Amino acid sequence: MNIVECVNVTKTYRQGKMEVRALGGVSLRIKKGGFVALAGPSGSGKTTLLNIIGGLDAADSGSVIVEGNVLDNMSQTELAQLRLRKIGFVFQSYNLIPVLSALENVEFVMLLQGVPTKERLDRARTILDDVGLEGLYDRRPAELSGGQQQRVAVARAIVSDPAIVLADEPTANLDSKTGRELLEMMGEMNEQKSVTFIFSTHDKMVMDHARRLVLIRDGLLADDQDRDP
Amino acid sequence: MASIDLKMAWRNVWRNPRRTMLTICAIAFACLLLVFMLSWQFGSYETMINSAVKIHTGHLQIQAEGYRDKNDIRLVVDDPAAIGRRLEALPRVDTYTFRADAFSLVSSKERTYGVLVIGIDPEREARTSTLSRSLQEGRYLEAGDADEALVGKLLAKNLRIVPGDELVLLGQGRDGSVAATVVRVKGIYASGQDDYDRSTIQIPLPYFQEVYAMGGSVHEVVVLGRTLKDVPVIKEAISEGLKSEDPESGLVVLDWMELMPGLVEAIQIDLYSGFIFYFLLIVVVAFSILNTFLMAILERKKEFGVIMAMGTTPGRLVRLLLLESSAMTLVGIFIGTLAGILVTWYYQVHGFHISGAADVLRQFGLPERIHPRLSAASILIGPAAVLIITGLTALYPALRVRRLRPVEAIAKG
Repeated sequence: MNIVECVNVTKTYRQGKMEVRALGGVSLRIKKGGFVALAGPSGSGKTTLLNIIGGLDAADSGSVIVEGNVLDNMSQTELAQLRLRKIGFVFQSYNLIPVLSALENVEFVMLLQGVPTKERLDRARTILDDVGLEGLYDRRPAELSGGQQQRVAVARAIVSDPAIVLADEPTANLDSKTGRELLEMMGEMNEQKSVTFIFSTHDKMVMDHARRLVLIRDGLLADDQDRDP
Repeated sequence: MASIDLKMAWRNVWRNPRRTMLTICAIAFACLLLVFMLSWQFGSYETMINSAVKIHTGHLQIQAEGYRDKNDIRLVVDDPAAIGRRLEALPRVDTYTFRADAFSLVSSKERTYGVLVIGIDPEREARTSTLSRSLQEGRYLEAGDADEALVGKLLAKNLRIVPGDELVLLGQGRDGSVAATVVRVKGIYASGQDDYDRSTIQIPLPYFQEVYAMGGSVHEVVVLGRTLKDVPVIKEAISEGLKSEDPESGLVVLDWMELMPGLVEAIQIDLYSGFIFYFLLIVVVAFSILNTFLMAILERKKEFGVIMAMGTTPGRLVRLLLLESSAMTLVGIFIGTLAGILVTWYYQVHGFHISGAADVLRQFGLPERIHPRLSAASILIGPAAVLIITGLTALYPALRVRRLRPVEAIAKG
């Protein structure tokens, strides 16, 4: 079953008088439970594709369907609701809310979803334990290392059981050991919870961990390697 | 849900403590100033009114209809004693007196002037007005005095007279006859109001009634209530009484606002000019709030993008920002209002001495030491205006967030 379906997606950015084509007609299907890396050099369009799949950006033409929801004509509020219920995000620079503790950052999405307090706290603590941050619940982002912050970001992305987690260069700011640990942790989440992970990356380690590698170059699909057994 | 919003708002407020403190100080200072200044204005108005009514008008006067505009000697209160009995029965009435007025020529040995001759009941007048206490030379009138007069200080100076000198009064009696007499100057008074002191002479009422052929009638029954707030109640009670007893009496009840329209206008002008100043003050504070929030939004654009990416709707983000501005504004208002109350209360008890302005203040019937007066209005009006205007100001930056697109905010933040 396809959880993401992109059909002939195009996107062009305007920079002053210049037009820069980010995506030139990409079609892509991703199955539920996938662990997919969108790889390519900087400016290839991989982050643009990730943003369009996540409803953060709109395609100029083509169609995007996420778990049966056609994103093409959705309003900002409808897209926000879709992201809230179906999609988790992990960003390159963690992007935790600085005034909230690790526990509160993880709680935040469940708060928006209206999860009752006790359940929210239990789930937030459990997921922080799962990502190896037991006992660091009350630390603010500034009091955590980069690797710990990214673990909080992953915990935040998966705590509400989203259909997909979109991770934009998640290991770019981490050393290789911490990056590997994070990838292994996400791999476990993928296997245990059947959450679909889609990465944009140009990190070889991420590409090696991915079970499907989609290469994008100059806004077009250049290669698609399925490594599933 | 609300608790995390409040927690976030409160913590965000303190992310840049110096900027927040400056903004809170601006709001607090505005509130302090507004509470004090409004209390000062309201307090000085009350003092001004109470002082002015005690110089001559009283809180209320009962006159024949049309007398205030025409000053016709024939428009009289025929039976002042009956009015007096009615006033005695009103518990909110503090005191009252009778007066009669006539425009006349007054001549000393050297000079002649046109003046207002006022017939007063010395004992009642002493309880109703400050005349007996404003004597600067000579003595006050006593019961039984006849051809003796009190003269305003500036008039005495113009006539070049001192106590003991004689004055010739020449006017017209109520019946059209010539009213002429000679009086001896018993005392010279200075009310503080130059116009009044330049143009008035006071003689005993029975003697006035005799010289001006008034019979037992007077022109004004002057009433003082116990407080300024009693005035409308007393006015209503007297008016009703007059109407029910004799609808054809031809008498009207005028309050201090009708008797001293100039004072009312002066108060209104002072109030309006004060409001313009206060409005400008609040606008300056509003710009401070605007600056703080625009800076906060520019600095936190990326964070807003992330929060929106997580599924926060634009409307909820706007609410969050408004909560932040409200938290900061309310802290400033609370501190400023409290400080304003404490400062005003201190001066309400001890008074505020304005040295060197005594002459100017006396013209307005004000003492040298002015006491601001705290009231619900003076405490609430200023801070409420600050709350409303800063709230509206904070709307602009908060609504700008609605236009943010998550991907642009994250990329450019």
